[in-house]
Amino acid sequence: MSKNILLPGFREPPVDEDFEEFYINMGPQHPSTHGALRLVVRLDGEKIIEVVPHLGYIHRGMEKQAEKLNYIQYIMMSDRQDYLTAIQNNLGVCLALEKGAGIGVPERAEYIRVILAELSRIASHLVFYACFGGDLGGQTVLLYGFKEREMIHDIFEEVTGSRLTTNFFRPGGSNKDIPDTFVPRVKALLKHLEGALSDYDRLLTKNIAAMDRSVGVGVLSKEDAIAYGCSGPVLRASGVSYDVRKNDPYSIYSSLDFNVPVFYNGDCYDRYLIRFQEMYESIKIIKQCIDKIPNGPYRSKEKPIFKLPNGSFYAATETAKGLYGTYVVSTGGNSPYRIHTRSPSFGNLAALNTMAKGQRLSDLVTILATIDPVIPEIDR
Amino acid sequence: MSTEKIKTKEYIKRYLKRCVSGPYSLLCGLSVTLRYFFNPKRIVTEQYPENKKTLKMHNRFRGHVVMVEDENGENLCTACGMCERACPNASINVLATKNIAGKKVLGKYLYHFGSCTQCGLCVEACPFGAIEMGQDFEFADFSPEAFEKVLNKKEGRG
Amino acid sequence: MLPSVTHPIGDFVRENVPNVLGYLPDFIQPYIPSAEIATLINIIICMVAIAVVGIAPVPVLIYMERKVCAHIQCRLGPMRLGPHGVLQLVADIAKLLFKEVYAPKGADKFLFYLAPIFVLTAPFLNLCVIPFDKNLQVADLSVAIPFILAMNGFGILSTLLGGWASNNKYSLISSLRSGAQIISYEISFAMILLLVVMLAGSASLGEITASQSGHFWDWWIFKAPVLGLLAFIMFLVSSTAELNRAPFDIAEAEQELTGGFHTEYNGMAFAMFYLAEYINLFTTSCIATVCFLGGYHAPTIGILAIDNILNFVPGIVWFLGKTFFVVWIYMMFRWTFVRPRVDQLMALEWKFLLPVNLLLLIFGVVFLAFGWILP
Repeated sequence: MSKNILLPGFREPPVDEDFEEFYINMGPQHPSTHGALRLVVRLDGEKIIEVVPHLGYIHRGMEKQAEKLNYIQYIMMSDRQDYLTAIQNNLGVCLALEKGAGIGVPERAEYIRVILAELSRIASHLVFYACFGGDLGGQTVLLYGFKEREMIHDIFEEVTGSRLTTNFFRPGGSNKDIPDTFVPRVKALLKHLEGALSDYDRLLTKNIAAMDRSVGVGVLSKEDAIAYGCSGPVLRASGVSYDVRKNDPYSIYSSLDFNVPVFYNGDCYDRYLIRFQEMYESIKIIKQCIDKIPNGPYRSKEKPIFKLPNGSFYAATETAKGLYGTYVVSTGGNSPYRIHTRSPSFGNLAALNTMAKGQRLSDLVTILATIDPVIPEIDR
Repeated sequence: MSTEKIKTKEYIKRYLKRCVSGPYSLLCGLSVTLRYFFNPKRIVTEQYPENKKTLKMHNRFRGHVVMVEDENGENLCTACGMCERACPNASINVLATKNIAGKKVLGKYLYHFGSCTQCGLCVEACPFGAIEMGQDFEFADFSPEAFEKVLNKKEGRG
Repeated sequence: MLPSVTHPIGDFVRENVPNVLGYLPDFIQPYIPSAEIATLINIIICMVAIAVVGIAPVPVLIYMERKVCAHIQCRLGPMRLGPHGVLQLVADIAKLLFKEVYAPKGADKFLFYLAPIFVLTAPFLNLCVIPFDKNLQVADLSVAIPFILAMNGFGILSTLLGGWASNNKYSLISSLRSGAQIISYEISFAMILLLVVMLAGSASLGEITASQSGHFWDWWIFKAPVLGLLAFIMFLVSSTAELNRAPFDIAEAEQELTGGFHTEYNGMAFAMFYLAEYINLFTTSCIATVCFLGGYHAPTIGILAIDNILNFVPGIVWFLGKTFFVVWIYMMFRWTFVRPRVDQLMALEWKFLLPVNLLLLIFGVVFLAFGWILP
């Protein structure tokens, strides 16, 4: 292999020893890497010795562009980071902007935000379910996951105008009000989802092949999870009970009644179970909010040009992947000096090497599916 | 995989349990797919080019930018340039001219659809409601010139 | 001489070829081997028939696979070409015909091009011994079951060759995995067939079918009370692995190995592998039908009026109906289950299927000895 892929720490393969190590490149185009991720895997037969992810294939310079755009335009950029839960990214940026400008948000807008954010969480976990089953070999599971997601997309299109890149929330509320058909559609969707999720549970959760492939595979200990900066389901599967919605609540989460599932084994099966249960919890949250949307304004009074005072502001939200933080540095004016996004998938992916050491090549695919990274969020 | 020694009795018990639970879980999975197979009401796809006549997008769908025109082709644009400033991608160029009375009016409204991100910020920024997002979504073309559109037909009012 | 089934066409050729050859001039009459020429013509007819019977179900099977897959996944499948997409395969074959076939740099060219040729020989040979109807069988070997097992072993050769000869790490890994898988599952496959041979008393497929004549409860799946059903399920599992079909398709696990041993093949070479997979599927379903589901016998109930109607339908229609039912079961397995890992696959065979099959053999002996087979 050429010298430029051997990072310090990789042992140079000796030519005279009787060795069977070889390198495999799961390149940026591969049916199962979640996005443009290149993994260089060092194998001994079928056992993995080391995995090195190479990132940057989808770097678009978002943080550099943010220095020229104004804040409202950056909200549009943020939905292209974790495109599976675009509306939660919008929410993260808006929270930071509201903190900076000291704007409050009316009740109606809070309820709309929570409902849409939880719908988006369900959508992202459905993609996880589809990719998990699809990576294990069941193509049917792939299609079943996306089937339900289509209905959520339909609702998003009706409310925001676009299925994926929503660009809906603004500092102080949202862009437009929800249409009249929103509440009945969400209620119909919830009813349908409960039936569908129980079917999907029967299909995959206790399936002996799926369990054999994920129980005990890719174990991440509690100390490693905290050390690598993992968050979200990856962290909670290793026994650390940290959820931004419970520990540092934002919006109206402190007044809602929901559980945060925590498991203690840290293997792939736990990560799968957590996300499945989170879907049920999100349905519970939406049910609590959908009937109680108050009347009133959907956006607090907006100034024609949105400016932030001098200073730096940070807000964290819990997206489907983990802790999404937005750090805004402003020197006055309507354009930031610097915006940095703390993406959850970066920390989760950093733990890949620890999880994959000693496992087999097929397990690498399972582990990557349960980490559920979204590479554009890492590369920005 | 655990490497500690397991007692024989424990191994046999686990083996027999798997002999029963394994096929049962597989049968559960089969029952789900059988139910979906025999139930044609669950088909969720549409036959796309054949159903174009009845296909309708939602009202708020963000297709591409169009100019609002009444029956005579008059638009509401005053060439203020707010949309050009609001666009994050510089996809809009508002070229103003002077009309006969010497007032600044809209000459050409250049819209570079190739770089438009369909975000709708221009529509939000327009104080006169002169532009809106269209409902079309089939834009494939063979030449790049098709993506440089001129949206207005007549000069705007002042 | 080759063993052959008495068949009207064969007899017709054997009688009339000497008559036709008798019209030739007299001075070469002593030198014409007319019996041998008749046999040669019979052989050519059999080869053409087997080629047709092998290839004709493939479009139906491929269409069926796509439609079954689509209906499980709540969609419609091919709908555009022809009414409900029946001509989709024509378009696919035309596309494959026009693609360039080339070997990658560094590949062993001779072995690379040899592999797709080998892969088609085994299923066609298997088709020669299967009785489609009472006298629709090319060769009624008395050692048909060991012949089938030998042909299955022949089929693995092309997978190994193809994967090794492409200069590609993924193909190498997948072909070695497939080799290990197939030689392991051949054991289970052989044991189930051995059970059937033991119950039926003969290794010839014609006689196995004859031992199931009668009503539908005389089929081996019902005749031995619980044993038959268990044996049928074990047969389905081990033959799915033999066919390299999901959920045991680690050889071409797309999510991990992007195509497996046929990654580097395109055009007609890929079409050969594709075709061979479906012909193998059809052949294995035929074997399952013959061994367990009564072959070409109609499912008569015992009531004379209905039996007359059922027997009126020719045997080959029943045979094909049962075969396509078994094919449908294979397809449901493929699109429902997820794939086990390689070592779990091997553990399934050596730790679960092999002991269970040995137990089934023992039970078969017990059933025969005590006469618990239904009369």
